[in-house]
Amino acid sequence: MATLSDERFDVAIIGGGVVGCAVARRFALAGAKIVLLERGTDILSGASKANSAILHTGFDAPPDSLELELVKAGREEYLAIHRDHGLHLVQTGALVCAWTELEAEKLDGIAQQGRSNGVAGLNLLTGAEARTLVPGLAQSLCAAVEVVGEHVIDPWSAPLSYITQAMALGAKVMRSCELLSGRFDGDWELETSQGLVRAGAVVNAAGLFGDVVDDRLGLTPEFSIKPRKGQFVVLDKAARSLVPKIILPVPNEITKGVVICPTAFGNVLVGPTAEEQEDRTRATVETETLEMLKEHGSRLIPALRHVPVTAIYAGLRPATEKKHYRVVSRPEKRAITLGGVRSTGLSAALGLGQHALKLYSEFGVPLAAPNEVPHVQVPNLTETEERDWQRPGHGEIVCHCEMVTRREIEAALTSPLPPGDFGGLRRRTRAGMGRCQGFYCNARLAELTKGHFVEPLAVSGRT
Amino acid sequence: MPHSDVLIVGGGPAGVAAALSLRKAGVQRVTLLDREASLGGATRHCSHSPFGMLEYGRLYFGAAYGRRLERDARAAGVEVLTGHSVASLDPDGTVEVSNAEGLARLSAERVLLSTGARETPRSARMLPGDRPVGVLTTGALQSYVAFHGLMPFRRPVILGSELVSYSAALTCLSHGARPVAMIDTHARPLARAPVTWFPHIVGVPVRAGVRIIDILGRSRVEAVRIEHQGTLETFECDGLLVTGNFVPEAALLWQAGHELNLRSGGPAVDQNGRCANPRFFAAGNLLRPIETGGWAFREGRAIGLEIARDLRNPPSDRSPVTVTHDEVVKLVVPNLLRRGQAPSPGFDRFQIRFQKPCRGRLSLEVDGRTRWHRSGTWLPERRVLVPMPDGVEGSHHIHFAFREE
Ligand SMILES: Cc1cc2nc3c(=O)[nH]c(=O)nc-3n(C[C@H](O)[C@H](O)[C@H](O)COP(=O)(O)OP(=O)(O)OC[C@H]3O[C@@H](n4cnc5c(N)ncnc54)[C@H](O)[C@@H]3O)c2cc1C
Ligand SMILES: Cc1cc2nc3c(=O)[nH]c(=O)nc-3n(C[C@H](O)[C@H](O)[C@H](O)COP(=O)(O)OP(=O)(O)OC[C@H]3O[C@@H](n4cnc5c(N)ncnc54)[C@H](O)[C@@H]3O)c2cc1C
Repeated sequence: MATLSDERFDVAIIGGGVVGCAVARRFALAGAKIVLLERGTDILSGASKANSAILHTGFDAPPDSLELELVKAGREEYLAIHRDHGLHLVQTGALVCAWTELEAEKLDGIAQQGRSNGVAGLNLLTGAEARTLVPGLAQSLCAAVEVVGEHVIDPWSAPLSYITQAMALGAKVMRSCELLSGRFDGDWELETSQGLVRAGAVVNAAGLFGDVVDDRLGLTPEFSIKPRKGQFVVLDKAARSLVPKIILPVPNEITKGVVICPTAFGNVLVGPTAEEQEDRTRATVETETLEMLKEHGSRLIPALRHVPVTAIYAGLRPATEKKHYRVVSRPEKRAITLGGVRSTGLSAALGLGQHALKLYSEFGVPLAAPNEVPHVQVPNLTETEERDWQRPGHGEIVCHCEMVTRREIEAALTSPLPPGDFGGLRRRTRAGMGRCQGFYCNARLAELTKGHFVEPLAVSGRT
Repeated sequence: MPHSDVLIVGGGPAGVAAALSLRKAGVQRVTLLDREASLGGATRHCSHSPFGMLEYGRLYFGAAYGRRLERDARAAGVEVLTGHSVASLDPDGTVEVSNAEGLARLSAERVLLSTGARETPRSARMLPGDRPVGVLTTGALQSYVAFHGLMPFRRPVILGSELVSYSAALTCLSHGARPVAMIDTHARPLARAPVTWFPHIVGVPVRAGVRIIDILGRSRVEAVRIEHQGTLETFECDGLLVTGNFVPEAALLWQAGHELNLRSGGPAVDQNGRCANPRFFAAGNLLRPIETGGWAFREGRAIGLEIARDLRNPPSDRSPVTVTHDEVVKLVVPNLLRRGQAPSPGFDRFQIRFQKPCRGRLSLEVDGRTRWHRSGTWLPERRVLVPMPDGVEGSHHIHFAFREE
């Protein structure tokens, strides 16, 4: 097998999900020479491409868990760096809504648990008080807990900014590059679909394939992944004013439950479901489930009934047989596994980066002097801040529903990590993500992206 | 001072026709905004169907019709602003516009909305399965072909049985793509014969009354699975063309909190084409999906005259009466009536669509009296026209009732 280069990396990260991107950034800032291997044609090909985009406080995380610690650490770091990265925060707050007396009885415990988890800003509200905050909620609301600190972020720009900052420090990102096997003999020799890669340590951030990658590395996996699908319905921007806050249910044991959530892009999503499945790659949507979600949203906020559906999607959570994160460090093998980051990885990613670096420091392999923090700013896609179409010289508006300009598309295509596929372009610019789903712009996008994607939009030229 | 007497948002046939008739009626400052680089709207990419017979007495294909519209608009002294995307509407008749130079706000005495209609995409139909590349609407396919000389697939499955579905099949065949099948959820085609014979003639398998069970494909569509008469069938393909099921392009109205006709998806309008907010008017496919280009043109022309007339007075302060209807009726346009304003060429007929196929008696009840009725078989997506009875605008209850027979 061909060696890709004579380069030796301090750390190889397997997986370009939000966790891998955040780990890459943290290690690069600490002075490590990084390579990130991603099997998909773009980063965020797995669990990280489809989530609810909530920056959690940890109010409902298991007490005294690593997850709680890392959600809080991750959130704190996000709050500290987001402006520098050009990232934004939609300070919505959330309402945990009780729709029956039985649920209402649980609210006090939820608030207390949240406080003892170290989360401030938890307020018990009557149904009427909650409805002053979200007037569209159905009359039948019994009571609620307000969680002031639950916020909404852009789930794609955040990891993009992490990995872009790592790349500015020399990190190498290899896409369409699957880890096939690995051998450790003081150094790691990693066999990939693109050749051999040598590194001093590995971090397994392979999400839905965390156990498979451990196995391929010859590390006996300590968990097995049980994918859990979550389907969503995205409602038109017309719904946004009806949903000023994240509407959470009283959780049960299995899942956080179906949420009605404003997005940073100005629409509203209803989801996710929690469906166990074997398949780790297929995240299909199902008509009946989507209808059920739409109906659910309309029951809780009746005015949503008339709002059209913009998009539908599904994501897979890298759940395991246990509820908690499955973080394993093997100093003797210089290997760290960040597994089972099931349903809070967007919030905890930066915390996982810190934690992984701490575990690495226990290996006793010093890194070069820490690097200066390079300035990295991703373009704003959120509705709360100025967008490119509002500024002169944008060329033209290509995607009319999401108001994406030609300048934005060209910038994405020429960025340090240009999109490898159409999904990647959508995540970087929002082009084609709106209510018409490409009726107006898909052909223009095919033209503008010629030669850029592994799977092109157009199959051939004029016939 | 306002930028214009009338701002028109949308330069398809309806918007251009309105602009022309406003100028003809002597209105000085008429501004036509369109977000595309040229006028013509949806007709620009409909390269198969001819347009212009009724309005110009000759046939134009695709973009040529748009060019004719644009020429005429400019010659008539209309301020044509292409590449201008309207981002929001204020209740006082101010619109926010983005163009390559940035943002601007323009205001006018009256605003005409003629933003057209588009097809319902896969997402809003909640079709199941993977979400790979290769699932498109006809509008997108036509734009690939007409504007860029590209094709998005070679072997698509076509979903739908409206006129546009067959037009899509023709576009495929004339551009080197071979439809694998034409499928539809309806038990009988929505379009009329002989159009519906087309796939049979060219040998494309047809399945009616199907349910899509799955769309498969990792990065690009690989197969579509359907249930058809109790059996499962899989079509291997590289695309799925989702056709028809048009909805008004009413995003601006949603955002501005305009009163909508929830059944048509477009704005509620009165017999003069005037919205609930009397500074605003609407015409063309925005009102109701979907009519032909010629219909949109004539509608725009008539509403343009209404606006010219309306400009002589302050915006109407009369509150409208809402036209109601039984459930099987999908929509009625206009669905508002304002008292004291005789029906005029704006709308002298109610336009009606049915929800599903049915047999029975449709009647127009005005203040408890039957003023019109007809019995028959009614099909969805077919135009039904009911003349507006004299004096209807002065009544309190206007209701379309249906009785099965
Ligand atoms: C429905 C849903 C809703 C959610 N909502 C929220 C939320 O609101 N807030 C929040 O904080 N979190 C949320 N999450 C959780 C969050 O999305 C996940 O925790 C997070 O995405 C996990 O990221 P990851 O990097 O561990 O995994 P992934 O994103 O799956 O990344 C792993 C990557 O590794 C790659 N890979 C796998 N095998 C190999 C190999 N052999 N070689 C190379 N590369 C490989 C994959 O292609 C993939 O890109 C939600 C998740 C879901 C599914
Ligand atoms: C796929 C397809 C196939 C068709 N086939 C036929 C056919 O075979 N025969 C036939 O007679 N008719 C056909 N039609 C219908 C015909 O094209 C329409 O009836 C006609 O174009 C409608 O005219 P309109 O003016 O109402 O709207 P449109 O032509 O849709 O024009 C609307 C205009 O508004 C502009 N616009 C929208 N929003 C904004 C905004 N926010 N800011 C600025 N501008 C905006 C758009 O750019 C567009 O130019 C077809 C339509 C489609 C979509």
